[in-house]
Amino acid sequence: MNYKLSRHFLIWVGLFLTVFSSSAFAEEAGLDKMITDTVGPFMEPFVATIFYSVTIPGLGIAFPLIVGWLVVAATIFTLYFGFIQFRAFGHSLALVSGKYSDPNDAGEVSHFQALATALSGTVGLGNIAGVAVAVSIGGPGATFWMILAGLLGMASKFTECTLGVKYRNEYEDGTVSGGPMYYLSKGMSESGSGAKAALGKVLAVMFAIFCILGSWGGGNMFQANQAHSQLVNITGGADSFLNGNGWITGVILAAIVFAVIVGGLKSIARVTEKVVPFMAVIYVTAAVVILVMNADKIGWAFGQIFAGAFTGLGIAGGLVGALIQGFKRAAFSNEAGVGSAAIAHSAVRTKEPITEGYVSLLEPFIDTVVICTMTALVIVITGVLTADPATGLYAWDAAAGRIATEGGLSGVELTSAAFATSFSWFPYVLALAVLLFAFSTMISWSYYGLKAWTYLFGEGHIKELIFKILFCIFVIIGAAMNLGIVIDFSDAAIFAMALVNIVGLYFLMPIVKAEMQSYNARLKSGEIRRYK
Amino acid sequence: MSNVIVVGYDDSPSSQRAVEFARSEAKDSGASLVIAHVLDWSPYSFLTPTELEERHKRRKEELSRAEDALVKPVVESLANDGIQVESVIRYGKIADTLCEIATEKNAQQLIVGRIGDDGLVARFFGSVAGVVALSSPVPCTIIP
Repeated sequence: MNYKLSRHFLIWVGLFLTVFSSSAFAEEAGLDKMITDTVGPFMEPFVATIFYSVTIPGLGIAFPLIVGWLVVAATIFTLYFGFIQFRAFGHSLALVSGKYSDPNDAGEVSHFQALATALSGTVGLGNIAGVAVAVSIGGPGATFWMILAGLLGMASKFTECTLGVKYRNEYEDGTVSGGPMYYLSKGMSESGSGAKAALGKVLAVMFAIFCILGSWGGGNMFQANQAHSQLVNITGGADSFLNGNGWITGVILAAIVFAVIVGGLKSIARVTEKVVPFMAVIYVTAAVVILVMNADKIGWAFGQIFAGAFTGLGIAGGLVGALIQGFKRAAFSNEAGVGSAAIAHSAVRTKEPITEGYVSLLEPFIDTVVICTMTALVIVITGVLTADPATGLYAWDAAAGRIATEGGLSGVELTSAAFATSFSWFPYVLALAVLLFAFSTMISWSYYGLKAWTYLFGEGHIKELIFKILFCIFVIIGAAMNLGIVIDFSDAAIFAMALVNIVGLYFLMPIVKAEMQSYNARLKSGEIRRYK
Repeated sequence: MSNVIVVGYDDSPSSQRAVEFARSEAKDSGASLVIAHVLDWSPYSFLTPTELEERHKRRKEELSRAEDALVKPVVESLANDGIQVESVIRYGKIADTLCEIATEKNAQQLIVGRIGDDGLVARFFGSVAGVVALSSPVPCTIIP
């Protein structure tokens, strides 16, 4: 049986590698241009619409409205649910630690497991590279706004994940499917109004389309692309044999992804799922150690963050510049309001959908308020951002459009340099972390995309196989090419998910409120039992 | 004092010997037996999204497999000997769950086999029999 399985698997991988490694990847530049020329005219208007920006008068800074859309929604949910992220925080921790889990449900998906899986889809490059971008463009003050956006985003996650569980499909064989596709269509048809039901169906289909595109793009090509550039960095930069040969990284990554999602090689995925939280812990621990080593500067760093949040400390755009960068990076990193997490959270075993909402609100907290803040503090404290000793303000590199750094570093490299000031070997750990985070994000997004795909086209082995093979092809394309428009498009697709999802959330939030009030009343009366 | 003996059973040779030992004990003393099978499980392990989706289905399959292939034949064979016997199948940490079952059933004895998990993991965390010996709430017999 095992022999048969592995033979079957090897044939598939062999076939896959032969087909793709022999194709036109040698002519990267040509292929890149061909793709841009072919799809560009269709993608550009879409990208321009999603990322439509208003220029702030006098400052010359573009503010993408979609970022405002996410932050406004998070603020509305925070107010509507009465600051639920703070009131329910303790209860969320109790739920995750299993204090309210029925022992008879042992062996089912626990709250902890649903949270951990959803987190491994969001913790990734945003926490490492994204924060460095935010701090180098928006200054330390961006951290303040990032934390604020993270805290507000907790209410968005709470809303979408409650609905994800409430309106999931449970099939006779015991499997479940959930996510915005299901709550948009089922939830909005519940009220009885024909127009609303029709709108729900349209939103669900739009969401599914954007989710598929997002899973190929931001959840896949972008990850492969960044993993490759990090590999090039640690193998010698411009001299590396991998430099300009992205297809090598792509084919290897694609083969592993293929082995997991098509070959059903669960062991690789399981190893990643185990190693990713471990890497996250190593990352945060290293950050904490650096902070402790520089304990005398922590007060100063927070001072910089607060002062920067309201004055800008010399960065272009001042307060508004810091705010935009902070909000943008938080949204990119924790995906609150995008709807992706609702798909992962919906598999939990619970009689009360609201409990998964409570658990999910920890996700932006861990992702943004803890991990992103650690990155930001390390960058600020280690002094990799160049300050002008005379004025105490940061030196602005106008040509690069960000604070000047030694060697002109930005993104992952800046984070890497900041950690390397204390631990010279850390860039290698970071490279491994980036690779693993990228891989786990790909696995998670392949699942999100597949769920959207089966929502549109129905379930079936061949249909699912088509999606999975396309997904693997995009891994190679992502790693091989400098994508430009395609990367912009994939980001746009992820944010388009938020556009559609949040419209639905506004319609459905009274349902979440009713669930919350009923649950809280029963919790108070003791009807909801605590087992431990 | 109740006359209940809990036997940890997982189909391993040593657990089969534990059942045989319990059989003779029950015949001698007229005790009733509880055949306990624990599926190793931690609510803090990590699962992939696909595993999350299929978990409920898999759990049902695992339970019915444990019932049909493992526990049922033993229970039937004991019952044929005129011994009063019941079975319990649970998910959890094996040693802790066996101890919980012994407490719940108000057992006078817990019998486990010295299972062959004496590899690296057992060296660090202790084998099931080792943990049971240390934490059993009732007198405990370990069958070599």
